[in-house]
Amino acid sequence: MHELAIISGVVDMVVERTAGRRVATVHLQVGQLSGVVADAMLFCFEIATAGTALDGATLQIDPVPGRAACRTCGQDFGVDDLILLCPCGSADVRITAGRELLVTAVEVEAKSCA
Amino acid sequence: MCLTCGCGDEENVRVTTIDRPAGLDPAESGPAATAAPAQHHDHHHPHQHNHHHDRGPGSDQDQHARLHHPADLERIELGVSLLAKNDHLAEHNRNWLAGHNIVAVNLMSSPGSGKTSLLERTITEHAQFDHAGWSEVCVIEGDQETVFDAERIRRAGARAVQVNTGAGCHLDAPMVQRAIEMLDPRPGALLFVENVGNLVCPALFDIGERAKVVVISVTEGDDKPLKYPQMFSAADLVVINKTDLLPYVDFDLERFAEQSRSLNPGVSIIALSVRDGTNMTAWYEWLSRR
Repeated sequence: MHELAIISGVVDMVVERTAGRRVATVHLQVGQLSGVVADAMLFCFEIATAGTALDGATLQIDPVPGRAACRTCGQDFGVDDLILLCPCGSADVRITAGRELLVTAVEVEAKSCA
Repeated sequence: MCLTCGCGDEENVRVTTIDRPAGLDPAESGPAATAAPAQHHDHHHPHQHNHHHDRGPGSDQDQHARLHHPADLERIELGVSLLAKNDHLAEHNRNWLAGHNIVAVNLMSSPGSGKTSLLERTITEHAQFDHAGWSEVCVIEGDQETVFDAERIRRAGARAVQVNTGAGCHLDAPMVQRAIEMLDPRPGALLFVENVGNLVCPALFDIGERAKVVVISVTEGDDKPLKYPQMFSAADLVVINKTDLLPYVDFDLERFAEQSRSLNPGVSIIALSVRDGTNMTAWYEWLSRR
């Protein structure tokens, strides 16, 4: 539900950083524990980019699986949700990956062609 | 606007003060008349740039045909958070509040859990329990529409501004910044921000608060933490309200606490009843420690 607001912020930021050059692809890293739904962002992207330098651009989302480290037994393990429980039974767990929400890179029209 | 969920953009957000003499018809100073100017700083705000792109179908098609050829493309590494803009403004809010010794508490819940009632009771009786010596208690109210809640707060004896998000489903840092500018809390104040009733979206948006509080009522069921994990994972405190109704509903306090702590081991939990006053002192003590 909040994905349009987030994508609108991304569009504004990319427009600022690329000085109005036409953008072909936006690369995002979206952690699977981040609370942001990739499909919803893809759906909103076309609406959010209409009439901007990103109009017609592709949104490339790289999902980042959740991982956690147990402070009790030291184990590093995959997590599919926010329930912080190590296979050893400990709940003293730290999330090490999966919360990423990053604009990693953009591909823009080369200056020589502008 | 998002056609799926109805999320709006900032142009539809209205900030309204009802801090004026009692009896004045709220309609007299409707949203358009009282909307605060957003800019008192150097940031760019969304949706205000001018677009002069050639939108002719032929030219667009040609341009994109060229763009999709990799040789014409330049890759720019960014590594910027998707929430960078919001988080930056949230940090602004946080610094301003800290500089004025103001404690801001973000209240989040489903609609109808009793956030406004909790605030009304807190405003009415906090002075009896207030160990922190707040200079005032004031409130930023968030709702999609109406100034009903801000009027309730005003009647309870505190200053309030209402943020109407239009179609938006949460408060974000720029909206709260505008509301703070309009409310202008006194140094040393306790500032509540009552978020839009929604257990999903508000969890992601930092508004510059000192603490996040999730309010849940026993009529909503004890399985909410696992259904809305982001919200409970982000909370500093969970308030379980309407405990006076426990005899009439199947709400297992232990099960609820267990689920909350499986997501957020360090979270504080206070079960209380705003209606009959049970355990309200625990809430005031928690507030005094912020």
